[in-house]
Amino acid sequence: MSDQIQLYEVFIRSSRGLDHKHVGSLHADDAQQALEYARDVYTRRGEGISIWVVASKDITASQESDCDSFYDPLDDKPYRHAAMYELPEGIDSL
Amino acid sequence: MRDSIPLVSNEQKFQSRIDAEQKVEPKDWMPEKYRQNLIRQISQHAHSEVIGEQPEGKWITRAPTLERKAILMAKVQDEAGHGLYLYASAETLGVTRDELIDRLHTGASKYASIFNYPSLTWADIGAIGWLVDSAAIVNQVSLQNTSYGPYARAMVKICKEESFHQRQGYNIMMTLMQGAELQREMAQDALNRWWWPSLMMFGPHDAESAHSAQSMKWKIKRRSNDELRQQFVDQAVQQAHAIGLAVPDPDLVWNEQREHYDFGAIDWEEFQRVVSGNGPCNRQRLAHHVSAHKEGAWVREAMAAYEAKRRTVPAEVA
Repeated sequence: MSDQIQLYEVFIRSSRGLDHKHVGSLHADDAQQALEYARDVYTRRGEGISIWVVASKDITASQESDCDSFYDPLDDKPYRHAAMYELPEGIDSL
Repeated sequence: MRDSIPLVSNEQKFQSRIDAEQKVEPKDWMPEKYRQNLIRQISQHAHSEVIGEQPEGKWITRAPTLERKAILMAKVQDEAGHGLYLYASAETLGVTRDELIDRLHTGASKYASIFNYPSLTWADIGAIGWLVDSAAIVNQVSLQNTSYGPYARAMVKICKEESFHQRQGYNIMMTLMQGAELQREMAQDALNRWWWPSLMMFGPHDAESAHSAQSMKWKIKRRSNDELRQQFVDQAVQQAHAIGLAVPDPDLVWNEQREHYDFGAIDWEEFQRVVSGNGPCNRQRLAHHVSAHKEGAWVREAMAAYEAKRRTVPAEVA
């Protein structure tokens, strides 16, 4: 492997209207090459209509182990969910 | 021969994609008017989320209980987030956040007129959540199928989060209606003031709507103003009656044949007056946004300065 080869994450949009979804990663020398490799490797059976590649080193990620401190699920605030509010009989369109 | 092949223009290809119910994505070719039409609609929607924080935010410090205060705070926070989703969606069309905010401040871009009415009593917080959010949801559910991908996806996320907003509002009204006479009067008074502006939220009648025909053809809009308004009336009237509220419309009557409520004429002069800047709170709403934006400038500057400094100092080895 050359010094500059690096890891890219691959995201594919399977059809119009949907988000790009992470499908895997690959090594390439630059972004253009990563795009072509991704086409060759990840879309061999018509899996998608659009590909994004992002250098893995450019991704800043949270850690699952930091869950409690980083994003509190706010389970102590049930009032943020519709189910907490009871409706009178016969009303179901709210 | 090359000459005999009929030329399919970009415009025709675009329309046939729309007709086939395919979404348009940011990097696709699109007619300039489609782009401008979307920027207008999405930014107006985003501004509405943000300006809508004002009439409700005013009551956070005056909520009758700690629980009501926490609920209202959570709701207003949601609205700020919805504004963000929508601004981000508009930005995929090649317009910047600064431009969008500037257009709001100069009046070139509008927001939902209903937020130009004042929230005078606690019951107004009930009426806003119940009526204004219900009306918004009726519209937004139909926009989940809008033709522009990023807008449609933002709508899905917003609708999911919005479900509690209308219920908390209705719950406030229901609680007041179970209270003392003064409380019931307060709830009725709020409904009386918010009912007609809520119907106006759906915009002019189909025949008079400036942007409707083209927006329907491009499937930016999926259902007409009048269809959406009718759905809202049918739901809201039932909800009002269920808790003992009277809808302030002497012409309101169930139409057996149509299986819908018939309702009275909307005062379009009032609508025009408020849209064109002369509602009860237009100047106040805009002035507040302008001053909040100005007063927040130092935060944006400090963040930029911090980032610039961080870039010049070599990264520490962890």
